[in-house]
Amino acid sequence: MSGRTLYEKIWEEHLVAAPADQPPLLYIDLHLVHEVTSPQAFDGLRLAGRPVRRPDRTLATADHNVPTDPISTPVADPISRRQLEVLDENCREFGVTLFPRGHENQGIVHVISPELGVTQPGMTIVCGDSHTSTHGAMGALAFGIGTSEVEHVLATQTLPQSRARTMAVTVEGALPPGVTAKDLVLAIVGRLGTGGGAGYVIEYRGEAIRSLSMEGRMTVCNMSIEAGARAGLVAVDETTIEYLRGRPGVPSGEEFERAADRWRQYASDPDATFDADVVIDASTLVPMVTWGTNPAQVVALDGRIPSPDDVPAEQREAVVRALAYMDLTPATPVRDIPVDVVFIGSCTNSRIEDLRAAAAVARGQRVAPGVRALVVPGSHRVKRAAEAEGLDRVFVDAGFEWREPGCSMCLGMNPDQLTPGQRSASTSNRNFEGRQGRGGRTHLVSPAVAAATAIRGRFASPTEVGQ
Amino acid sequence: MRPVTVIEGRGVPLGRSDVDTDQIIPSEWLKRVERTGFGRGLFSEWRDDPAFVLNRPEYQGASVLVGAARFGTGSSREHAVWALMDYGFEAVVASSFGDIFRNNAAKQGLVTVQLDATSVAELATLVTDDPGAHVVVDVTALAIEVPAHGWRRSFELDPVVRERLLNGWDDIGLTLRHDGEIADYERRSATPPIAAALREG
Repeated sequence: MSGRTLYEKIWEEHLVAAPADQPPLLYIDLHLVHEVTSPQAFDGLRLAGRPVRRPDRTLATADHNVPTDPISTPVADPISRRQLEVLDENCREFGVTLFPRGHENQGIVHVISPELGVTQPGMTIVCGDSHTSTHGAMGALAFGIGTSEVEHVLATQTLPQSRARTMAVTVEGALPPGVTAKDLVLAIVGRLGTGGGAGYVIEYRGEAIRSLSMEGRMTVCNMSIEAGARAGLVAVDETTIEYLRGRPGVPSGEEFERAADRWRQYASDPDATFDADVVIDASTLVPMVTWGTNPAQVVALDGRIPSPDDVPAEQREAVVRALAYMDLTPATPVRDIPVDVVFIGSCTNSRIEDLRAAAAVARGQRVAPGVRALVVPGSHRVKRAAEAEGLDRVFVDAGFEWREPGCSMCLGMNPDQLTPGQRSASTSNRNFEGRQGRGGRTHLVSPAVAAATAIRGRFASPTEVGQ
Repeated sequence: MRPVTVIEGRGVPLGRSDVDTDQIIPSEWLKRVERTGFGRGLFSEWRDDPAFVLNRPEYQGASVLVGAARFGTGSSREHAVWALMDYGFEAVVASSFGDIFRNNAAKQGLVTVQLDATSVAELATLVTDDPGAHVVVDVTALAIEVPAHGWRRSFELDPVVRERLLNGWDDIGLTLRHDGEIADYERRSATPPIAAALREG
């Protein structure tokens, strides 16, 4: 009998029951909640007279539509304000811990749970948000769910789940200098396509993954869903253990060591086999930019905008439509394309290492005339850490806006939006039509490329601005 | 959820692949705390265009949406399903679906009919050429047809999803029958809850 994959180990450990008329019931160790996908779920509980089964396994924060203006500014949009108030009321009524706007632990749900040490190896984690895949970086099985499932987990702490297929994405060798976790995951999504991971849980493996920091691994796992996979995983190693040590949500001393010993088992067995295998040679990777309206439409920063003639017939119509929406002409060098807005933030790239990478490029430079550049830290903890290092001064001196934490322009639910026709370089995860504001045109990039692009006013690498 | 057995009505050819959930319902609509009224936001960025297919009089009142490859990718927002259903759609036909979207659809009773790309294209052509033609989706027989044109295809649904659609079952009610097993699991699980210090702070 061959060994088990990490996914299979976590799956089997969490099976509660195997009913005949339902998929297997999976126990959920941690349920993360935010204001957008929860109000209708709490309403459902209220209608049925059901409590939250495990408030001690449920954690809420406000992130999707909080303004990133100074905390003292009231929420101007009455519909957003109401949604934030409803989250407050629901958490109070059902006994759920909430980190509201302005709280020292508040931030993007996928940033705060790992940084607080609430996300731990071997856990099952869900949230009404598709980027829940982020937490897989810690060796946890984490995936996004819809509001009906949010209600289901609130009521039962379980989910009926069919078993997924497993895919190994092995990244061999070392990433070349200047190539980041973001470039790596954009290349992976480009290779798999937006549907290539559908039905799978991806385990990222290989030397290049092992060499990434925890934050880099989070960036990679975060975008698993852009390849269609609901979850991404990285096996636990000493990088994971050292990341967790000392965080508020984990035990200390002897108890931490005991927990660490338990966590170390969360890796695939050497002889485990996967349903699909993809191998990527890290040494061939370069900085990437998306050119189109889905995250698989990627091109090298040094490349040119593709032509509909370059793709298989079945994709042609989608490419023509994407070029028209993006207002791009085939064969244009990417570096010749000017941008109006640069956004550094989101659950993909708003952690301290991301801000350090962007600040290293911005230091002593000036944002190009006519470009609006925003830096939105992923959480108050990230913001405080960055300020302690003086990164806020670097950004502000270079002409970037230094804002309060939240999802912000990643999805434009708050006032941070593109206006029709504006073009952005964004460290977020989705370049869908209208994603950052109606008629906006989004190009996804790494934090370093975003900062260089802000300074040059056109897509640029850090080396071009003297890095 | 109300039981779903047979759906019958006009079909609308959307004529696009890669329709993500941001396009089905843009994020500005996600600020609402209600579960109803999202139909007005369905494809709202495209509906400003008078030529957009949903604006054409011959497709008013349609109940089957004909998509293409990779329908409903991206965000987990169940609002996408609520918007389609609130608008009046009871089934979506495509050659592939986003996983979370398909799951959400099953919870709400929106039928997702997955066919091979050729059959989807044939159906799109049929309802383009004859907008009045009725499309019938039979969840009992697992078949979709356009009787006026003698066109019929079988499709597959997860047996569990089909059973739930046909009976209109409530998932939470089904799960709570296993309350004892959930409690047993909780007694033996080694995974601690969220640290008390964080819960109190």
